[in-house]
Amino acid sequence: MSTYYTKDHEYIRIEADHAIVGISDYAQAQLGDVVFVELPALGQSFGTGDQVAVVESVKAASEVYAPASGQVSAINDALEASPGLVNEAPQGAGWFFKMTLSDKSQLASLMDEAAYQAFVASLG
Amino acid sequence: MRYLPLTDDDRALMLARIGVAKIDDLFADIPAGALASGPKDLPPHRSEMEVERILKRMAGRNLTASTAPFFIGCGAYKHHVPASVDHLIQRSEFLTSYTPYQPEIAQGTLQYLFEFQTQVALLTGMEVANSSMYDGSTACGEAVLMAHRLTKRRKALVSGGVHPHYAQVVQTVSHMAGDEVEVLPADVSATEDLLSLIGPDVSCVVVQSPDVFGNVRDLTAIADTCHAQGALLIAVVTEVMALGLLRSPGEMGADIVVGEGQSLGNGLNFGGPYVGLLATRQAYVRQMPGRLCGQTVDADGRRSFVLTLSTREQHIRRDKATSNICTNSGLCSLAFTIHLTLLGENGLRRLARTNHANACKLADQLSAVPQVQVVTQSFFNEFTLRVPGNGARVIEAMAQQGVLGGVPVSRLLPEQSHVQDLIIVANTEVNSDDDRARFIDALRAAI
Amino acid sequence: MSSAQGRPTAIGESTKKHKVSFTGNRGLQMEEPLIFEGGRPEVSGVDLAEPEPFAMRLNGLERDTPMGLPGLSEPEAMRHYVRLSQKNYSIDAGLYPLGSCTMKHNPRLNEAMARLPGFADVHPLQPQQSVQGALELMQEVSHWLMALTGMSAVALSPKAGAHGEACGMMAIKAAIAARGEAQTRTVVLVPESAHGTNPATAALIGFTVRPVPAGPDGTVSAKTVAPLLGPEVAAIMLTNPNTCGLFESEIVEIAELVHQAGAYFYCDGANFNALVGKVRPGDLGIDAMHINLHKTFSTPHGGGGPGAGPVVLSQRLAAFAPVPFLRAQGESLQLVEDAQGTQAFGRMTAFHGQMGMFVRALSYILSHGVDGLKQACEDAVLNANYIKACLSDVMSLPFGQRPCLHEALFDDDWLKGSGITTLDFAKAMIDEGYHPMTVYFPLVVHGAMLIEPTESESLASLNLFIATLRELAFAAKNGEVERFTSAPHYAPRRRLDETGAARTPVLRWSPLQAQG
Repeated sequence: MSTYYTKDHEYIRIEADHAIVGISDYAQAQLGDVVFVELPALGQSFGTGDQVAVVESVKAASEVYAPASGQVSAINDALEASPGLVNEAPQGAGWFFKMTLSDKSQLASLMDEAAYQAFVASLG
Repeated sequence: MRYLPLTDDDRALMLARIGVAKIDDLFADIPAGALASGPKDLPPHRSEMEVERILKRMAGRNLTASTAPFFIGCGAYKHHVPASVDHLIQRSEFLTSYTPYQPEIAQGTLQYLFEFQTQVALLTGMEVANSSMYDGSTACGEAVLMAHRLTKRRKALVSGGVHPHYAQVVQTVSHMAGDEVEVLPADVSATEDLLSLIGPDVSCVVVQSPDVFGNVRDLTAIADTCHAQGALLIAVVTEVMALGLLRSPGEMGADIVVGEGQSLGNGLNFGGPYVGLLATRQAYVRQMPGRLCGQTVDADGRRSFVLTLSTREQHIRRDKATSNICTNSGLCSLAFTIHLTLLGENGLRRLARTNHANACKLADQLSAVPQVQVVTQSFFNEFTLRVPGNGARVIEAMAQQGVLGGVPVSRLLPEQSHVQDLIIVANTEVNSDDDRARFIDALRAAI
Repeated sequence: MSSAQGRPTAIGESTKKHKVSFTGNRGLQMEEPLIFEGGRPEVSGVDLAEPEPFAMRLNGLERDTPMGLPGLSEPEAMRHYVRLSQKNYSIDAGLYPLGSCTMKHNPRLNEAMARLPGFADVHPLQPQQSVQGALELMQEVSHWLMALTGMSAVALSPKAGAHGEACGMMAIKAAIAARGEAQTRTVVLVPESAHGTNPATAALIGFTVRPVPAGPDGTVSAKTVAPLLGPEVAAIMLTNPNTCGLFESEIVEIAELVHQAGAYFYCDGANFNALVGKVRPGDLGIDAMHINLHKTFSTPHGGGGPGAGPVVLSQRLAAFAPVPFLRAQGESLQLVEDAQGTQAFGRMTAFHGQMGMFVRALSYILSHGVDGLKQACEDAVLNANYIKACLSDVMSLPFGQRPCLHEALFDDDWLKGSGITTLDFAKAMIDEGYHPMTVYFPLVVHGAMLIEPTESESLASLNLFIATLRELAFAAKNGEVERFTSAPHYAPRRRLDETGAARTPVLRWSPLQAQG
C-alpha cells in the first residue's frame, strides 16, 4: 500500500483493487475548517488533472483535480453531514472518493511521501 | 471646503512627517503629461444654499406623482410609505455603515437581513431567500443563470407576459454568455401556449404573474410540465403587494421566485434604487447568487447573525463564482422590511384588498366609457385598456390635462404593431374616487 | 483561480464569561428579539380602512393560507429598529478605515436633495416631457463624469460597481463582435491582485480568464503583459490605482500594447477617488471604466447597498452603450429606450439606473466643484501616506517605502512568531472602538491589512488612530496574546461561529426553531 501526492495537495492511496483520493493534511490546514465538499458522481470517468471535486471552508475554496485518470467507484457520503472529517482525518475518515485506475503507470509522475514532505517544507 | 477637515498648516506638517516637499511628490508614479492635463472648464465649489438652488430648479421641472392623479405602474408603483420608514433608514448606523463583514459590530444590519430573508420566503412561499439583489429585472437575469447551473442546460423560455425590460435583461445576459433564449410575442390576454414549447433542452421557463398586462396567471400546469421535463419554473413578481392577496408562486410549484420589492417601503425614484427579491428551494442554496445571512452563536453562546456560504461569491471563487454581484440593496431592503413589519400580515392583506378594490372600481367605471375596452379579465391592481387609435397619444393628451394615465404598451414594445392601441393602467391605495373621476374625464377628452 | 487560503472561523474555547444581567442587556446595549418572536399577524402600525365588499377578479387564485408575517405597532417598530441600529458601527460614529471601500463622510445635503419630490416621487415611465428636469440631472451627471475622466460617453444604468464592470465588458464584447472577431477573441487578462468581481465578470460574459502575475513591487509591468497578449485576447481588466493602493506606473505602455494587439483596455475605477479632479483616466489610454458613485462621490453605503456604477466609454466603444441613453432633441432631452436601429448591445436593467444615487452624487460634485474634488483627492492620499509613515516602523510594508495613493497596505510579516494573526489584530481594534481595516485582501499579500482613511478625517483623528495602532502593535510584540486572540471583548457580540453557520446553514426563522 503506497500513497502518492500532487503539487495541488491531492493524495491518492493505492489499495488492492482501487485507489482512494482526498486532500493532504497540509491542504486541510491551509483551508481551515472545512464546511462543504462537492463530490463527483458515482461512475463518473475523468482524465488526469480534470476537476473532480470542490472543497470549501468559510473563507476559502479549492478545486480538487484528479491525480490520475479513471472512474469513481465510491464516494464518501459521510462528508455531507460531517465535512469536518476532512480536518480531523484527511487521510483517514476524511477521504473523498474511491476510483479504479485506468493506468497505474501514471503514478510515476506523482510525488511519493518523502518527496511530498520535502515539497511542503519548501513552501515555508 | 466644508467637508474637508485638514488645514493648510496640517497639510504642511503631514508632508514634513512623510518626508516629501510637496503633495505632487506622492503622485510621482503618474505620467507627468497626465498629471499636467487634469480636468478643465468645470466650476469651483459651491455653498449648500447654491447647490440647493440648482437642484431644486431641476426638480421643479418634473411633474411629481403626488401632484397629479397618478395611474402609472408597469414594474414601479406608487404606494403610501409610513413616515417612520424614512426616519429609520436615515439613522447613521444604517445609512453610513458598510457591508457587515465584521459581524461583531454589524449585528443591526445582519439581524434585519435575516428578518428580511424570512419575510421574503414567507411572502413568496419559498424555503429560502437571499438578502436582496439590485432590482427585479437583474434578479430575473441572475435566476436564469442559476437555472442553467442547476439543470446544466442553457436554454431559457420567456413568456410573452413578462415585462419587456425584464425579458431584454435576460436576453442581454444570455446573449453575452452564449446561452439560448426564446422570448414569446406579447401575450396580452394570457392565452399563449407555453406547455408545448417546454422540451428536454429547456433549462427554465420564466413566467410573470400578475403579468405585465395585469393578468393573474395560474402557474401550476407550467410548473408540472417543467418538472416533468427536468426544467425549472422561474416566477416573476413585479408588484410584490399582490402577494398579500394572491396564492404564492411557491404554492403553485415555482422553483425560483424573483421580484421587485419597490412597492414596500421604497419610493418611485425615477427607476432606482429599488430592491430585487430572489427566493428558492433549500436544495438550491449553493447555486444562489448574492449575499446570504445566517444564524449562529458567538463565543458566549448568544444568538448572532453572519454572512455565510460566501464561497459562492466572487471574492473567494473569482471566475468560478455563481455571480459577479458584490452589493445588495441594503438600505432599500431595510425600507422593505420595516414597511412590511409595520403592516403585518393583516395589514398587508387589507392593503392588497384595497388596491384590488380600487382597480375593480376603475375597471367598472371604464365599462361605461364608449370606444374603450378593459382587455384584462383577471388582474390585481393593474390592467390593460384598449383605446381608439394610438395609446401613446392618448397618454400624452391626458398628461396635458394633468393626469398621468398609465403606460402606452408601445413604449415597452415599439416594434409590435398589434399593441399600439393598448395602455396599461395601475390603481393603488393612493388613488381616490376623485382621481378616478378625473381619469375618466381626461380619457374621454383625449379620445 | 480560487483562494485556497483560509483562516480560523470557529470560536474555539471561550475564555471569559460575562456576568449576565437578568435581561441580557448591558446598559445601553439592548438584546432584541426577532420580529417573529415579538410581532403578531393581527397587529399593524398602519391604519387603513377595509374596502367595501366587492367581487374579486383574481382568476380563482386568492391566497387561502396564512403567511405567518408578524406585525408591530409604530412604537414597537421604532424601538426594534433603533435598538438594532445601535449594534452597528458607522462612519458617522467613527473612522472606518476599510481599504478599497472608501468610507468617506456622507453629506446630509445629498440625502435632502434626493428626497425632493421632483426626483423621489417621479415614475420612470412618465411621459418624457413631464420629466425634463430628471433628464437634465442625468445629463449634468454625465457631463461631469465625462469631463472628470476625459472620456467620450457614459452609460448611466448600471446599478453597482460589478454591474458596471459587466456593462463595460459587454460593450467590449459587442465591439469585438462588430469586427467579426467574436469567435476568436475570447480571453481576458486579469491581474492576480484584482478584486474578485473582475474575473467573475469576465467569466459571466463568457470570456476565459488568464491571470497576470503582479511584480515584486505590487504593480503590473508592460514586460509581463506583452507575452500574454495575442489575437485571442479581447481585453485586459486593470484596476488603477490597484488594490495595493499603488498607481500602475506603466499603464500608458500597457494601454499601447493592448491596443496594438487589437484588444481593449478595461479599467476598474473602484479607486477613482485617488485620481478625481487631478488626473483624467482618458489621458492614460483606457477604453472603459466604471465609477462607484458610492465610493468616489460619497453616496452612502447603506449597510451594503444600494450602489451605482456608471461606465465611461472611449470613442471606440461609445456606440455600443446599452439602452437607455440620452439624446438632445431640439430644446428637450430624450431618453432612447429601444435598442432597435442602434448599435446598443442591449439592456442592463429595467428603467434608467440609480436616479437616487445620481442626485446624491451630483449634489456632492457641485458642492466640491473641480477644486474641491482635487483637494479631496489630495487629502485622501496625504492621509494614507501619513498613516503609512507613522506606522512603518512598527508594522511591515510589503512593497517598501514607495508612496502609496489613497490607501496604505501592510502585511503580517511583523506578526510572525507572535501567535497573533491579522484577524486577531483586526478584532482587537474593535475593542478600541475602531472598525478594522480591510483584511486578507488583496490576496497577493500575506495577511494583508489595507487601510484607507479617506479625506474626511482630521489630523487629530488620524493621530489618535495611529497612536492606537502603535499601542496595539507594541502589545502584540510584547506577547499580550490573549488580548488579541479572544478579542473583541466589548463589542455587542464576541467572535462568531462562522464554521457552524456554514456547515448547518440557518437562513431564516421558522416556527420549529422557536419551539426547539
